[in-house]
Amino acid sequence: MAEPQFRFRDDEPVGDPAVTVDSFGEQSNAAAVRIEPGDDARDLLPHLDRIRLVEVNFPVFGDGRGYSAARLLREAGYAGELRAVGDVLVDQIAFMRRCGFDAFAPDVPLNPADAEAAFARFDHVYQPTTDGRAPIWALRHG
Amino acid sequence: MYKYDTYDQAMVDARVEEFRDQVKRRLEGHITEDQFKPLRLMNGLYLQLHAYMLRVAVPYGTLSSAQMRMLGYIADKYDRGYGHFTTRQNIQYNWIKLEDAPDILADLASVEMHAIQTSGNCIRNTTSDQYAGAAADEVIDPRPYAELIRQWSTFHPEFSFLPRKFKMAVIASDTDRAAMRLHDIGIQLVKNDAGEVGAAFYVGGGMGRTPMVAPCINPFVPIDQMITYSEACLRVYNRYGRRDNKYKARIKILVHELGKDEYTRQVEAEFAHLLTQGIEPPLAELHRIQAQFADPAFEAGASDDLDRSDPDFALWVDTNCVVHKQPGYIAVTISLKPVGGIPGDASADQIRLMADLARDHSFDELRVTHAQNIVLPHVKKADLYGLWQQLDAAGLGTANLDRIGDIIACPGLDYCSLANARSIPVAQKISERLSDRSEAIGELKLKISGCINACGHHHAGHIGILGVDRKGVENYQLLLGGCEGADTSLGQITGPGFDEDGIVDAVEKATEVYLSTRQDGERFLDTYRRIGMAPFKEALYG
Repeated sequence: MAEPQFRFRDDEPVGDPAVTVDSFGEQSNAAAVRIEPGDDARDLLPHLDRIRLVEVNFPVFGDGRGYSAARLLREAGYAGELRAVGDVLVDQIAFMRRCGFDAFAPDVPLNPADAEAAFARFDHVYQPTTDGRAPIWALRHG
Repeated sequence: MYKYDTYDQAMVDARVEEFRDQVKRRLEGHITEDQFKPLRLMNGLYLQLHAYMLRVAVPYGTLSSAQMRMLGYIADKYDRGYGHFTTRQNIQYNWIKLEDAPDILADLASVEMHAIQTSGNCIRNTTSDQYAGAAADEVIDPRPYAELIRQWSTFHPEFSFLPRKFKMAVIASDTDRAAMRLHDIGIQLVKNDAGEVGAAFYVGGGMGRTPMVAPCINPFVPIDQMITYSEACLRVYNRYGRRDNKYKARIKILVHELGKDEYTRQVEAEFAHLLTQGIEPPLAELHRIQAQFADPAFEAGASDDLDRSDPDFALWVDTNCVVHKQPGYIAVTISLKPVGGIPGDASADQIRLMADLARDHSFDELRVTHAQNIVLPHVKKADLYGLWQQLDAAGLGTANLDRIGDIIACPGLDYCSLANARSIPVAQKISERLSDRSEAIGELKLKISGCINACGHHHAGHIGILGVDRKGVENYQLLLGGCEGADTSLGQITGPGFDEDGIVDAVEKATEVYLSTRQDGERFLDTYRRIGMAPFKEALYG
């Protein structure tokens, strides 16, 4: 299992190995699951109450399906750890954070200073997501 | 015009600093070209055949005179004294140094401009009708809706790594002047019987190697759900658009393979879910934006009289000017297609002149058109003759809007690393050969692409030309019968291709077929639609 380089949670990290989406439904004791780009994150919705870790794999940074997977889970109320793994680069992590990722395990560790700057780059955002940041239109109109 | 508030300005300023940091890391070797490429592309910076090309966004084609003047300044300071206006209402600079790019973005930010998302697999600059706010036939000014989309799509966290690029257009007239149905999402603003504004969504159009005309998937999305519906369209595409083959990755392929009905079903399901998520900006935000697009202070009772005693002026008025919603005013197209010129190019001096004329005679506004011309949308007729004289003296008075010399051409093999053939010299030769017959031929939209990616919109030309590589030699295919607009159609290939001189001859022959067989009032396109391909084939190959 990929250890997160950055984690924005206070709870204890889950040590269980992540299983595939296909096998997750049959393994009633599994608490960690790994989503590949071709998986349908909605297959996990019936099981959200027992999931404590979702890893979303980005085999190549340009495959953006994982962003939708993350938002779907958060929009459905998933509150456990959502970890981006794979080809996770410094210039994508702020987008990922906005989509609900709260842990990052890049294949190649990021420069911590660069990552910190990237997470803090934009003071405001135009779109609401489940990350709780008020969009600019909400700030404009109270 | 839209004015940035502190939030909008902070966003582009932060972007400049981010890119400055990315360029620094690249120049210092901390990131590889492979890692840098998507970052520079997100900022509109392409590595072309000879240098970096920077594409600057002109949201929905609207510019103030100060913005236009800055474009001239950048052309002088960082390029070779000219810029190239594009089919997506943007401007490109072809001779940029990487180390200058952050400073250019900072200069742009000083006049509320940017190059955000002018490339990359993300939502690109939203285009619109060049006569928005001036057109007599519009239901409502489409630009506030395009601005709403601009903000929603800027740094959208979910849709920055789509299967492929994504282009949206918004219009509000039945006469489509923005090739709306050839976009990934085309929106036509309409009013229902109750007088309420809604958005008709056309999804899955495009050109490229597999041209498709977008079907309407929803004829009336309530206007306070337009962003949510767009998000649903994009989410289905991001999740299920093909990523195995970049040539099959545009949304048109997904819509085609799923079928319009199944794609629509999936969008509607996602839409129902997203309506629960509170992502739609309130109507107050639309109204805030709309207030900034209020009509300028037109002079009531301005005269509609024009002194047409100068025949050159009269010809230009009849060819390049269109009716305005306000009596006494007219919308002016400045042709960037002088006979034998490079389509869409303007010198820094010309750009500055157009800026001054906009300030003095068009309420400080200009538009870039998808046909690579410039519009002064609100000119008082009483000012028109003096304005034309200044344009004409600067080489900007060509009377050829929608004529055979008003050619759309991509940069082609003269600049572009994707091209198979040159476009510009072909455009120049056709313009030189046929411009003296411009008036006799009348409306004829000719469009040239230097490769199958179709940046020159050849599928949508009444006459289209596609440059291909045939065993190492540039070869040009001829297409007839394409059209954008309400009656959008795709051109058909006539037959075997031609060499560079041969394609010029072929175009001439096609116009001769038209001139000898047209009936009263028929345009080239009408004659082609009536008589079909055969007479043209006979003339070309017989």
